[in-house]
Amino acid sequence: MTYDVIVIGAGVSGSAVARELSRYEADVLVMDRADDVCCGTSKANSAIVHAGYDCMPGSMMARMNVRGNEMMEPLARDLDVPFERTGSLLVCTSKERLGGLRDLFERGAANGVPGLKIISGDEARAMEPQLTDAVVGALWAPSAGIINVFLLNIALAENAFTNGVDFHFNTRAERLWQDEGGVWHIRTNNGEYRARAVVNAAGVYADRLHNMVSATRIHITPRRGEYFLLDRTTAGYVRHVVFPQPTELGKGVLVTPTVDGNTLVGPTALDLADDQRDDVETTQVGLDTIREKASENLRDLPLRQVITSFAGLRAHEDRHEFVLGHVEGAPGFYDCAGIESPGLTSAPAIGEYLGGMVKDDLGLSPKDAWVQTRTGTVDPSLLTLAERNELIRREPAYGQIVCRCESVSEGEILDAIRRPLGARDLDGVKRRVRAGAGRCQAGFCSPRVMDILSRELGLPLEEIGKRGGASRIVVGRTKEVQGQ
Amino acid sequence: MSGSNDLRSVDVVIIGGGPAGLSAAVAAHEEGCDSILVLERDNCLGGILNQCIHNGFGLHRFKEELTGPEYAHRFVRRVEEEGIPYKLNTMVMDVSPERVVTAMNRDDGMFQVQAGAVVLAMGCRERPRGALNIPGCRPAGIYTAGTAQRLVNVEGYLPGREVVILGSGDIGLIMARRMTLEGAKVKVVAELLPYSGGLKRNIVQCLDDFGIPLKLSHTVVDIEGAERVKAVTIARVGPDRRPIPGTEERYACDTLLLSCGLIPENELSSACGVRLSPVTSGPVVNESFETSVLGIFACGNVLHVHDLVDYVSEEADEAGRRAVAFVHGELGPAGAGQRDAAHARIAVRATGGVRYTVPSTIDPVRMADKLTVRFRVGDVCQDAYVSVYLDGERVQHRRKQIMAPGEMEQVILRKADLVGRPGLSSVTVAVERE
Repeated sequence: MTYDVIVIGAGVSGSAVARELSRYEADVLVMDRADDVCCGTSKANSAIVHAGYDCMPGSMMARMNVRGNEMMEPLARDLDVPFERTGSLLVCTSKERLGGLRDLFERGAANGVPGLKIISGDEARAMEPQLTDAVVGALWAPSAGIINVFLLNIALAENAFTNGVDFHFNTRAERLWQDEGGVWHIRTNNGEYRARAVVNAAGVYADRLHNMVSATRIHITPRRGEYFLLDRTTAGYVRHVVFPQPTELGKGVLVTPTVDGNTLVGPTALDLADDQRDDVETTQVGLDTIREKASENLRDLPLRQVITSFAGLRAHEDRHEFVLGHVEGAPGFYDCAGIESPGLTSAPAIGEYLGGMVKDDLGLSPKDAWVQTRTGTVDPSLLTLAERNELIRREPAYGQIVCRCESVSEGEILDAIRRPLGARDLDGVKRRVRAGAGRCQAGFCSPRVMDILSRELGLPLEEIGKRGGASRIVVGRTKEVQGQ
Repeated sequence: MSGSNDLRSVDVVIIGGGPAGLSAAVAAHEEGCDSILVLERDNCLGGILNQCIHNGFGLHRFKEELTGPEYAHRFVRRVEEEGIPYKLNTMVMDVSPERVVTAMNRDDGMFQVQAGAVVLAMGCRERPRGALNIPGCRPAGIYTAGTAQRLVNVEGYLPGREVVILGSGDIGLIMARRMTLEGAKVKVVAELLPYSGGLKRNIVQCLDDFGIPLKLSHTVVDIEGAERVKAVTIARVGPDRRPIPGTEERYACDTLLLSCGLIPENELSSACGVRLSPVTSGPVVNESFETSVLGIFACGNVLHVHDLVDYVSEEADEAGRRAVAFVHGELGPAGAGQRDAAHARIAVRATGGVRYTVPSTIDPVRMADKLTVRFRVGDVCQDAYVSVYLDGERVQHRRKQIMAPGEMEQVILRKADLVGRPGLSSVTVAVERE
């Protein structure tokens, strides 16, 4: 069949475009090389909804950031995604650099960022008592916030799926061309796909796809950022996003609460070579750098409470600008490229913008029955005792705790697996319901979650992975079992 | 939570049905308590012993060598014979300072019990990779030794075929042998410290006997592999425990096991306000294994990580008996944090290479005729003396050929010595050169 639109990449921006397109009568497919949504840049970032004062006025970044920020709250409500408008503090530690705060304030005003205010060091310390005495001033941005980045991506995709969008995983786009009739052909490891329009949301690989179809060139540098995640026992250490003053490489090492009550510290910024687009390893130098930088503005950072470290890649386009929309010489091909920070914040706006563009070009008409909302998994900790017992009476699996660090029940894990575009591996379960995301990092629950996945998916335990591909957890049976 | 006044009441609620909880339950029953409830989160009693299928358990307790499941079964049988109530697959969600225990399972839903006394026996967990700050990729194939042990011994699956082990804790050593017996190749055990954290007998029986090299003062500096582990690089570390450039050795492998320490699992305890020791990460307790919260006792690995289960049982027996005494009002005004004039509180101090002691305070009136004080040393000590001082006076001075951080040490205090000294304020345990 020929799809109306194929979106390449099931990250947060690809999923946002797909959800926008799901409003219309059209055959839409999202393909991704991974076995789940949210497996690339979208899964490993600061999980911050930026206010939008640092983008250059007039840029696509500025426009998408401010619009995305504005859209995020109602969207998170519609899609049942945890979001908190915490506000952010960008702190300055030298009088000589106070002018930098003023510049950002003015840039923010030009971008239409609401509520910005320059405050004194003491005012900042009153808001964030752990700030050091070296802080002489700060830019307060009340519209900044934090979000569950996995669930935003997952919810956008789930809602698109519910509204009829197909998702094909483990499907890697290898070659693209347009035939004389204007139909796009995509060669993949799973055969050839055809579509009237293609949206290139391939993250750190988006330049490769772009350069296959256009004489204009873009170039993406995978820029690696490493992070520490601290135990939920650190909840309340900071209550707002705390940024240092930015540098040429980005927003610097920030410290932020997460919506789950952890503290996140990072990222570093290191430009990798073109052939390192999957290189998400952490390094000794990187981890040491976070330690050093994060302590410049904050006292007693509880780095003994680190439960994991990780790295993500930003898709940094050479011009440091989102590359969105039509591509010269390739009608029906749409770029969604160079989506680095503030890409997560911008995702809803990018969906609206690109989805709208494709809809207009293809002349799509609205669906009669579009489902605007999505209900997430139950969070039993928010229920009253009576409600919780009613839930357990109805579904006893909600009475069985599987992940003890995060108090995740079997009922929640079953929901994560059974829901639309459900989890198929340990990481998929973790991103949906947090089993294994706590302080023991799945040491206790992974054999139990594997059992549940094996049972639910009808797969032998040897086939269950941490994520897709060859990431299997066990390699075979023991001698005793073999002998039986 | 509901504010209901008609909560079900139980004299002694024991959180955890592993070796500590079972010992405490049996001892409490022997003490005449017939209102006991053991709450166990797993689907059977016995705790971590169920996956410890090697032998070497029970030499002190039963004067014979048992496997882990056999050792556990001795206690499980007693629990069954005496009809001591327990609930499986039951997670305790909260313990209030007033000893209201909130728990949950499939059948009962979420329920609350008013406990006369609570015995904390939740055990410990393993330090994960993230807490070790090991750089590199995050593929499948990295497991704590205990997770691997469960996969092999309980589930019957092999987690990998070519193995590097970081850390020489006892579970890591045991798993080096177990994986070898299962046909895997254990290439090396790397230990950050200049000495092993495990028992000497395990180094001999699990590594030396199989020709597995133990590299002391080494750590993992890189993990390769996008989906599954492909290689692990280790390097020598200097006295500052930082890797020394140029000493890297790369091992192709598909599995990295971590045996880098155990952490008492005290989230429930701290939420309840129980004071924890920064050294052991377990509750601070007195001679009755009573924590800083009235009527809440602790024993086993949730209190401090033990080397031998035999000692867990011994402590837990006492904790169980003392919990019953508390319920019967026989402990007097209690709480390790509270003491009146009639019950002096003597501090037990750890100095000179002794990292901590359990207990850390003693009420001489309440102590038994003999009290075992357990401790660990912070470094390997050869030809040193273990000394006990009552205030300034040295009353014990015992030569030990060798002491290592991996093994627990003990001194025994006699009640007669303590009550005979009115005004005694501290007992000091020290390791001395001479």
